[in-house]
Amino acid sequence: MLEGILLGLQTAFSIQMLLMVIGGCLIGTFIGMLPGLGPMSIIAIMIPVAISMGDPAAAIILLAGVYYGAIFGGSTSSILLNAPGVAGTVATSFDGYPLAKKGQAGKALTVAAIASFCGGTIGAVLLMVFAPALSSVALLFHSAEYFALMVVGLSAIAAFAGTGQVSKALLMTVVGLMLGTVGEGTMFSLPRFTMGIMDLQSGLSFVTLAMAMFALPEALFLVLNPPKPGAGKSKEIKELGITRQEAKSIAPVIGRQSIQGFFIGVLPGAGATIASFLGYAVERNIASKDEQKEFGKGSIKGLAAPETANNAACTGSFVPLLTLGIPGSGTTAILLGALIALNVTPGPRLMIDEPQIFWAVIISMYIGNVVLLVLNLPLIPYIAKILTIPRNYLIPYILFFTLMGAYIGQNNATELLILVGFGVCATALKFADYPLAPLLIGFILGGMLEDNFARSMQLYDGIAFILQRPMTMVLLGIAISLVLLPTFRAKRAKIRSEGIAEGD
Amino acid sequence: MALDRWIALILLGFCIIYGYTAWFAMDVGLAPFMKRNPVWPSTFPKILSILGATASLIILLGFEKNKEKVTDIDYRRLHEYKLGQAILLLLLMVVYALFLRPAGFMISTGLFLILGSVILGERKLYIMIPIALISTFFVWYLVQEVLGIYMRPYPVWLGW
Repeated sequence: MLEGILLGLQTAFSIQMLLMVIGGCLIGTFIGMLPGLGPMSIIAIMIPVAISMGDPAAAIILLAGVYYGAIFGGSTSSILLNAPGVAGTVATSFDGYPLAKKGQAGKALTVAAIASFCGGTIGAVLLMVFAPALSSVALLFHSAEYFALMVVGLSAIAAFAGTGQVSKALLMTVVGLMLGTVGEGTMFSLPRFTMGIMDLQSGLSFVTLAMAMFALPEALFLVLNPPKPGAGKSKEIKELGITRQEAKSIAPVIGRQSIQGFFIGVLPGAGATIASFLGYAVERNIASKDEQKEFGKGSIKGLAAPETANNAACTGSFVPLLTLGIPGSGTTAILLGALIALNVTPGPRLMIDEPQIFWAVIISMYIGNVVLLVLNLPLIPYIAKILTIPRNYLIPYILFFTLMGAYIGQNNATELLILVGFGVCATALKFADYPLAPLLIGFILGGMLEDNFARSMQLYDGIAFILQRPMTMVLLGIAISLVLLPTFRAKRAKIRSEGIAEGD
Repeated sequence: MALDRWIALILLGFCIIYGYTAWFAMDVGLAPFMKRNPVWPSTFPKILSILGATASLIILLGFEKNKEKVTDIDYRRLHEYKLGQAILLLLLMVVYALFLRPAGFMISTGLFLILGSVILGERKLYIMIPIALISTFFVWYLVQEVLGIYMRPYPVWLGW
């Protein structure tokens, strides 16, 4: 491990990589601050830039920097304007905005920055410990287990979608898998579902789909429902310092939430959003009675908890990506797509075949956190100026960058029409409250899922591989119970509540 | 019927067409030696079509209790939002896609940014047009010279 760390330090501390981290964090903070643009859209827009650099280590470091920056920028707009740019920072606005209204915006930003820093750094330490351990286990996996593991990942994403949403998330995953079968597969050189259209021969482009699923609907929502003018005017930001007593009170919160957030982030489907809400709820429940009253009115504990948890969860979501090659969230799915485009397949072999990428990513997480703390904190009053860009200027540029992202990847104007078509469909799906991330995850995993399935079918001459490999059977059992459990629980809760009603 | 169930109905139709192709149409041209293979190109799509049809039927028939959730935008009152602007912008994107190659990057992008702002109601043309033109050139320079991706700057008939 020490060897790996040194290798990572060597790669990550080159001038080029440092510039990538700094640039990524700054771009992420800038764009993440704009309400309505989440980390997924920003990363999707940045992908063509990252891919054209050609160096996988530099690309993933840049994109990871954008990711942290976006989460941090999102919390800035949550605190200053009560307009979270990212779902993961909604919980930040519960206590951050009241603090800003009291004129303590500077303090709130400092607490947020310190909490993010600690969450991210502790998360990176945990990642360094857990990722190699997990990937050495994953090396024992066969294609049959890989197939089963991906099924578990996909069903976990559906299962964590929330009450009343399981079948919707499941349907979206299946539609994503179906879209993934369009074009010529690797196993069989046979064009499938192309409807005779030449442009579909090589399949749908993942950048186009990512833009259509995230960036375009978000931009259209901004057009349809413009934020009310004057909803929140950013005031002068001063007094960035916090007292020693305050630091003492948030230290245990940060410690607990770093660990909890990290492990929530590791779970597929449960990302920064769930981690931050859960972190907020847990801290409110275990706080003393007097402190509990403060929550929601500007408690620094209530601000530190979600901020720590969402950053730790972002780091945690890299564990399944780097060790198993299975993304647990929409953002890591986009990162996976970018890596595959650069001819790097994340998975247990990554640590052995390309250790410099693996370790450089981990080391760059530390650097990224330091950059966010050192560079962004003093710059925040200036960066916050971006919030004053009028919407009439902003939206055409967002749409333009979406189009460019899809065009540059393929150099094909048909791609733009596909983008608009899918974008309209995605907006309709968003209206009906269908989750869109499962669709993209399904699309990206589809090819790998089918390859592993076909390989095990061929090795065992049929579907018997499920019975012959106990590990596969167990994993598939877990997958089925993950999907059925929420339904079962809802049924039981209903029966129980009916029973109570009758007893009364 | 709520929008999510309409969408489930549409997706059910999609799954049925997809499934029909997988179950009946795809294997017709399969080479004889491939038929001895335990897994065919249509195997995985066949499974997917069943899963997809089941999931959309569950939503369509309302087996899963669903709480009415208020999203940012209530689609039932869509006309109260700025629907016209959104549709015009989408049309503008389609026109941009069709004209990007023939008209060249500079003209189509410049016009896209200017018209986009105009659709959204921007009237300070003396600020907006210079910004649009400068950023058009800036992006072209970035893509062409820095990233090294070819982008035709001028219309086809100019011959560049």
